[in-house]
Amino acid sequence: MSIILDETTPVLVQGVTGRIATFHTTEMLEYGTNVVGGVTPGRGGDTHCGVPVFDTMKQAVAATEATASVVFVPPPFAADAIMEAADAGVEYCVCITEGIPVQDMIKVKRYQRRYQHASRMCLIGPNCAGVISPGRAMMGIMPPHIYEWGPVGIVSRSGTLGYEAASQLKAVGIGVSTSVGIGGDPINGSSFLDHLKRFEADGETEAIVMIGEIGGLQEAQAAQYARDHMHKPVVGYIAGLTAPKGRTMGHAGAIVSTVGESAAEKVKLMQECGVKIVKLPSDFGTTVPKVLRR
Amino acid sequence: MEIHEYQAKAILADYGVSIPDGGLAYSPEQATYRASEIGGERWVVKAQIHSGARGQAGGIKLCNNEREVWEAADELLGKRLVTHQTGERGKGVYRLYVEAAVAAEREIYLGFVLDRSAERVMVVASASGGMAIEEIAARDPDAIVRVNVEPAVGLQAFEAREIAFAVGLDASLVPQAAQMMTGCYRIFGELDATMLEINPLAVTGDGRLLALDAKMTFDDNALFRHQDVSELRDKSQEDPRERTAVDRGLSYVGLDGNIGCIINGAGLAMATMDMIKHAGGEPANFLDIGGGASPERVLKAFRLVLSDENVEAVLVNIFAGINRCDWVAEGVVQALQQLDPSVPVVVRLSGTNVEEGRRILAEAEVPVITADSLAEAGTRAVAATERSAA
Repeated sequence: MSIILDETTPVLVQGVTGRIATFHTTEMLEYGTNVVGGVTPGRGGDTHCGVPVFDTMKQAVAATEATASVVFVPPPFAADAIMEAADAGVEYCVCITEGIPVQDMIKVKRYQRRYQHASRMCLIGPNCAGVISPGRAMMGIMPPHIYEWGPVGIVSRSGTLGYEAASQLKAVGIGVSTSVGIGGDPINGSSFLDHLKRFEADGETEAIVMIGEIGGLQEAQAAQYARDHMHKPVVGYIAGLTAPKGRTMGHAGAIVSTVGESAAEKVKLMQECGVKIVKLPSDFGTTVPKVLRR
Repeated sequence: MEIHEYQAKAILADYGVSIPDGGLAYSPEQATYRASEIGGERWVVKAQIHSGARGQAGGIKLCNNEREVWEAADELLGKRLVTHQTGERGKGVYRLYVEAAVAAEREIYLGFVLDRSAERVMVVASASGGMAIEEIAARDPDAIVRVNVEPAVGLQAFEAREIAFAVGLDASLVPQAAQMMTGCYRIFGELDATMLEINPLAVTGDGRLLALDAKMTFDDNALFRHQDVSELRDKSQEDPRERTAVDRGLSYVGLDGNIGCIINGAGLAMATMDMIKHAGGEPANFLDIGGGASPERVLKAFRLVLSDENVEAVLVNIFAGINRCDWVAEGVVQALQQLDPSVPVVVRLSGTNVEEGRRILAEAEVPVITADSLAEAGTRAVAATERSAA
């Protein structure tokens, strides 16, 4: 098992005919992802990267029975694409797009609430690297060769730090069940907590690496959940110990503006909740084996 | 994106919020002319810089006659004001706002912010205006009223009334206050603001509510749909290094250390800074070259980082996913050949096309110090600054 996707999950690519989407659709197909179609309004009936193109998500889902989609639509139109996916009834939507206006994300999150919790689409991202279940399938932009299959789940805001962790683990012979990027925006889809729950329930995941950064309170909420409800060990790292207050560090959401948002505060709270802290970003490979042996 | 007080006030006025009479001035002569235009007996001359706490820094002057207005303007123009928000370099004063002085009976705090956890806009208000919200929160946290706005319907009149009553406004002022809050909420939504603050909001003796100071920031990601807001950008208020970075499509934050960083990914960039600090060094900057970086973009990043004279070593740390190590390596080679930096350069490459990237660096025979891991990258960069200092 893995979480969110495996080699059988039927995936649609939204904005499939774009340059970047074309490149990554080809990569995803080569990796073994079951990409069953794409959507570009006005290009319905075409074939692109060897898969059929549809005008709307509803048509695409009706024809392919897809349960997941990955969005490569430019920022001004990305929120619309996410809502279209939610309305078409896919279970998971991964949005890679960086630079979606905050007001658009407020709308997206409000729109999702028209659906009952049980049937609500799980949004992953935006501004993320995507999801990979090594050796099985990927929906995203990560370099797949750095991942090996194994017992550790990764959930990370940052794409590159997720890569860093996976490759350090691979170097010490530890693999990954699924790696999920939740993205660096101030308002995002699913949170650390949402994926900790999935990993806790997954039969193949034995430990979870959670990679956060300054800004927001989602790491703290996840750590409290881990303390109260989880049996599997959680290892955590927070980037930005040296980041100055009040400055946006690249990711729109990486800014310390209120109490509890700095790296030092998050690390302290996570530690109090029993999360094993990775002090330096070079220590994933040495810290994770300690919790796995126990 | 930040804007000036006078620009924020013009927007407020457009949305039905009352402001004192005022006008912009670029010279002492213009300032006195503005004062005579406004009329009355007392004026405030206010330095327009992108920072709060201007009062404590001497950027706001109360004047009793036109002579004093002239003198205040003469003193402020061209000066660099240092507040606790500007850093040591301060911000240059090139524009003044001359305004009718208002005798406030009471001062209220009113703010609109993004509540990340609730994923909504939140109205924050307090009966004790005139000081920073952090200060109010520290002194009397219960004095702060917070209301989350349901985005599907926007701020409702009853919510605005509740806030107005909660901060102790007289019933006769409540309709005015409610209308004003509705206007502010509309600004937030219609113009993609990320922060809007009126502090203080004055209650005058003749029963008016006036915005005495105003601050607004806007979502950079939404500027594409607000040409009018984009035009309010004042480049003179930006760190010159950061201004160059924005114009070159790089994400850069200037810091005070001596190790220049060229990294891909915001998370890895922050982590690399932490790594440098741990190894005993100080980062000179945060810099994310972004995804799909061409050799040209890497060269531009080098130009930017090397333009900081505090830099004693450069650390390039790339974990390529969407990027390609071979392109980055070509950029590094071009930078070393064309810019011939006098400081050591440490390069760590990993991920997509890493073998090709390392081969390019080796064959070009450029003087780079290579590192294989993140840990090595940090320690070698710090060691390099120690050598270059010796």
